[in-house]
Amino acid sequence: MNAKVQARQVSRAFQVRNSLGKKDVLTVLDHFDLDVREGEFLSILGPSGCGKSTFLNILAGLDDYDQGDILVDQEVLKKRSFDRGMVFQSYALLPWRTVLENLEIGLEIRSIRKKERREIARRYLGMIGLSSFANQYPHQLSGGMRQRVAIARVLAYQPNLLLMDEPFAALDAQTRETMQIELLRIWEADRKTILFVTHSIDEAILLSDRVAIMTARTGQVKEIIDIDLERPRTEEARGSVEFVRIRQKAWGLLKDEVTMAQSFAERV
Amino acid sequence: MASFMKAASGLGNLLLRGVGLLLFLLLWEAAPRLGWVGSAYMSPPSMVFRAIWLLAARGELARHFLVSLQRVLLGLLISVAVGVSFGLFLGYFRSLERYLDLLFQAFRQMSAFALFPVFILLFGLGELSKTIIIFWASLWPVLLNTSSGVRNVDRVLIQSARSMGASRTFIFCRIVLPAAAPEIFTGIRLGASYCVMAVVAAEMIGANAGLGYLVLYSQETFNIPEMYGGIVSLAILGLGLNCALYSIEKFFTSWKQDIRVGE
Repeated sequence: MNAKVQARQVSRAFQVRNSLGKKDVLTVLDHFDLDVREGEFLSILGPSGCGKSTFLNILAGLDDYDQGDILVDQEVLKKRSFDRGMVFQSYALLPWRTVLENLEIGLEIRSIRKKERREIARRYLGMIGLSSFANQYPHQLSGGMRQRVAIARVLAYQPNLLLMDEPFAALDAQTRETMQIELLRIWEADRKTILFVTHSIDEAILLSDRVAIMTARTGQVKEIIDIDLERPRTEEARGSVEFVRIRQKAWGLLKDEVTMAQSFAERV
Repeated sequence: MASFMKAASGLGNLLLRGVGLLLFLLLWEAAPRLGWVGSAYMSPPSMVFRAIWLLAARGELARHFLVSLQRVLLGLLISVAVGVSFGLFLGYFRSLERYLDLLFQAFRQMSAFALFPVFILLFGLGELSKTIIIFWASLWPVLLNTSSGVRNVDRVLIQSARSMGASRTFIFCRIVLPAAAPEIFTGIRLGASYCVMAVVAAEMIGANAGLGYLVLYSQETFNIPEMYGGIVSLAILGLGLNCALYSIEKFFTSWKQDIRVGE
């Protein structure tokens, strides 16, 4: 299988002020290695502050890296690209545009003509089941609907790498579970490469082909777990013996890192 | 029926909002008539409105009104052009703002009226110094609101557009500008009300027309009802301008309207 993304020895540090107000260097990624395969659903799981979102931001062209190499489709990562799409935890919908106009923005950036844009936007709106909300404004929708619009907005311009930064973290538990199944349904239809960052072990296992577990402070991948659950996956997968077994394994790996992240947070 | 009910409740609403104004007018009418204050200094509104009517009939009201309106609009137009473009520039290049912020805050506090003698020294008593005082008064709220509007744009909106591959120009025109629009409009409306204040001062020195001139001239010739007539006309000018700007703002930021109702 081809590598979609190859990150080699990537390092990233930020200038921060510590609790004493002195300048300090916070290393978020330290010689970080990760391969993402073409067409896979890969989740990155790790405690807060482990650098998983930073890596996503770097891939999205929103942040720089200090050292190392990142290849996307065998080419050096470009700062500006039409091939990737990012879904944010806070939806990032434009409040002055209707749902339909929000869906069009990526196409507008690609200078696609208005009529064609409308058509594509309507198709994707139908896909997420929100056709009747076309002319509503984002603030008139629920959190789950907003995130569906945000996902459809990215899918509409057909990027070949999807980056999702804790997209469901702001949703209530039930909406979150519905959204996970919905995302699976959408993804299984065309299998674009997805890099998904989350805090939730269950979410990572249910969705992914592989789950990369990160260390708390050294900013590296501790271990990658293969998820061999059958596809297409449904709600039932959560109850299976295999799911529980993988969950235990993942928790075993993550436990120490979470404790370490907490003790680190206390020290700072 | 429904539309009739709506119209009726709209009328009722207007009446309710007018209660304060009505009470004030009654009190104003009563005060000089009952001898609480000398009628030489305070004309009752009935006389004031009569004076306005006579002024209008002579065509003088329209002349003064239009002269003032023209001065206000000219000053406001220039300050919007300068303030918005410079404000956008400042907000976009944040590092610049850091060096200039204190200077601008000081300028904002510097009264246009205090500077009027300076403008007269530099530009004479003509229209130029009048336009400049109006421009100065309204420039700062427009400029500072615009730059703060640009600075306050939700970063994640910009990041999201960037992750889609948007160019800087696209981000500026399609994300930053519309996101900052409500704050820019607030600045313009604030600036407009400062314009109306400044035009009065400008017309009290070296003018022969305009509502400010009318107020001062009537006072000097002891035509007290006309003086109050001029003051009332100025209030109407300010209200009308604010109303017009509010409609323009509503047109451009219509998406915001139902947020107040909905959330």
